Amino acid sequence: MSDRLSVLKTYKLYVGGKFPRSESGRVYEVTDAKGNWLANAPLSSRKDARDAVVAARKAFGGWSGATAYNRGQILYRTAEMLEGRRDQFAAEVADAEGLSKAKAAAQVDAAIDRWVWYAGWSDKVAQIAGSANPVAGPYFNLSAPEPTGVVAVLAPQESSFLGLVSVIAPAIVTGNTAVVVASEQAPLPALSLAEVLATSDLPGGVVNLLSGRTAELAAPLAAHQDVNAVDLTGAGAELAVELETAAADNLKRVLRPRAVDWTADPGTERLLAFLETKTVWHPMGV
Amino acid sequence: MSSAFDYAPAPESRAVVDLAPAYGLFIDGEFTEGTGGDLRKTVSPATEEVLAEYTQGTADDVDRAVKAARTAFGKWSALPGAERAKYLFRIARIIQERSRELAVLETLDNGKPIRESRDADLPLVAAHFFYYAGWADKLGHAGFGPDPRPLGVAGQVIPWNFPLLMLAWKVAPALACGNTVVLKPAETTPLSALFFADICRQAGLPKGVVNIVTGDGSTGAALVAHPGIDKVAFTGSTEVGKAIARTVAGTDKKLTLELGGKAANIVFDDAPLDQAVEGIVNGIFFNQGHVCCAGSRLLVQESVQDELLDALKRRMATLRVGDPLDKNTDIGAINSAEQLARITELADAGEAEGAERWSPACELPGSGYWFAPTLFTGVTQAHRIAREEVFGPVLSVLTFRTPEEAVAKANNTPYGLSAGIWTEKGSRMLWMASKLRAGVIWSNTFNKFDPASPFGGYKESGFGREGGRHGLEAYLDV
Repeated sequence: MSDRLSVLKTYKLYVGGKFPRSESGRVYEVTDAKGNWLANAPLSSRKDARDAVVAARKAFGGWSGATAYNRGQILYRTAEMLEGRRDQFAAEVADAEGLSKAKAAAQVDAAIDRWVWYAGWSDKVAQIAGSANPVAGPYFNLSAPEPTGVVAVLAPQESSFLGLVSVIAPAIVTGNTAVVVASEQAPLPALSLAEVLATSDLPGGVVNLLSGRTAELAAPLAAHQDVNAVDLTGAGAELAVELETAAADNLKRVLRPRAVDWTADPGTERLLAFLETKTVWHPMGV
Repeated sequence: MSSAFDYAPAPESRAVVDLAPAYGLFIDGEFTEGTGGDLRKTVSPATEEVLAEYTQGTADDVDRAVKAARTAFGKWSALPGAERAKYLFRIARIIQERSRELAVLETLDNGKPIRESRDADLPLVAAHFFYYAGWADKLGHAGFGPDPRPLGVAGQVIPWNFPLLMLAWKVAPALACGNTVVLKPAETTPLSALFFADICRQAGLPKGVVNIVTGDGSTGAALVAHPGIDKVAFTGSTEVGKAIARTVAGTDKKLTLELGGKAANIVFDDAPLDQAVEGIVNGIFFNQGHVCCAGSRLLVQESVQDELLDALKRRMATLRVGDPLDKNTDIGAINSAEQLARITELADAGEAEGAERWSPACELPGSGYWFAPTLFTGVTQAHRIAREEVFGPVLSVLTFRTPEEAVAKANNTPYGLSAGIWTEKGSRMLWMASKLRAGVIWSNTFNKFDPASPFGGYKESGFGREGGRHGLEAYLDV
């Protein structure tokens, strides 16, 4: 084989269905686990974070208003696209996390399977989280879950791909839109995931991906008045306290960070964390 | 409005309530003096008469109560669910037996009409304990795993608008799930919680399972900040709710908040207007408008505005304002001088900002705290009376032309607790219900409550649900 010079990818953000560079023009060096240069990733600014919230809000009406069946189909399509890029993600995860090829491939397989698992929840979650309520009167009374709105997600720092999809999929399958801050040290699998999302019929703005300094991006997101919830998984303990305090200003729903085994059965916790229960009453009579 | 027949006074006797001159704190199964030695007075808002003195709980008192609750937690949580259930069934039954006494007490301390405390508050209190009693031995079937565990000690802070009902909403699910509680009743309405302590005694509830620490906001702040509690449940203002969320940040305490609201009550031109008028009146004048889910913004479709407002004014003119103990009274006393001042200030701001104010002719008693039922027309979305929670008998009327405009106006608020829809068209009702960002939607009805029905808000109206299966989650480690 001749010494062909490979074509390197310019990693970019994913906001509103487009792939912009950071408005700041900044990048930072991303290395593999041994310190070798992999790429320059965008070093997103507070302004990028705010732009991402605008895009997520704009997408919320359409995405939350889509049928659950349609959302499930789109998420399943995403899994199909992931499967086709399995080798690429395995290589990126191996670099990012210093894993052997086999172990990285296992992470990617688990991530794809997890995406399929969550896709199937789209038209079932209302049946486990909702209820018909037998009130003491002549009323039809029904409780059903609804998405809470725009969710800011701090993706886990260590698990750059399995952990990433494990926090994105449950947030969006129920109709929320998300602004996701990728793992600070290992953002490349996340930025590549954006390419999959962009080709899966997922409406632009449903998932917005930012790379950069978690603390720098998390602060404006936690304080943003048009963000409804924050998933603090990727925040350290000290930062998490600051962010939860800031989130109180408009009473965001907060998912606190805790140790998670990403290979374990995730249960329904993350699906239910970003739902509101709406109860509708109507009189019955002739 | 003149009427052919006037109502004769029909006061409920207060002899059924036996008040002590002063009350201590209920800690570890008995009433004890507070460590600070300070007593506060609780007054009847209808007469300003001092009803009793009660104890200003200190941080040390809170600490004692939390320790008692922690000690009690081990045995209480280890009891078979069926045994915990039987204690709650006992409590429900005793509340039913003593409901007349408790209704009169609630009306005395709160100022709400006896018709409401008797027919709404007390039946709902007993029903709430019955409902959650039945869950105590069925938690494994509630959808939170096969053996969901309680959290531990719950710190609960409740408001003055439905003192005993809010206690029931907090205590019943907490105990059913196996938690123990320290409850801080509101500063202006401590008495029914203190009577509840006696009900716990009659029911033979193990000591320390329920602790009642009275006091002002500083007592509540000490409770939610106490490192020994595992759960904070608060019902009250959004401002205090945010402060509590900041206090709890970075801890392992689970938090649920039921906060303010600015509900839209939306009337379409095809609505049954007479029923809508009843719903509007119930929505804003029930409990003097001291209701977080009150329908305080009336959104009426332009084409029926005149007809609806004429009917509404006619109906408002028949509302009887006065002695809360009178069984014919519709609107009682404002709960406190402080709340009256807030309502007055906001209503004055409504006039100053250009809205048109109207109240029916009604004579208000000379002593006590009173505010006539009030209607504002010509209100815009920018007016303070359209944005801020008045928490009083003040209705702001806005108009709309299309369903889309109604949705946009209804959702144009940081709150999201409840909303009302009045229309005969089913598809439109369901479309509206899906678009409104609020936790409770009343269609062709308003202000209906039931222990089986989850209640709670979107956005800045708080998070978590009370009532129904959903209400268990707040008190389970899930």
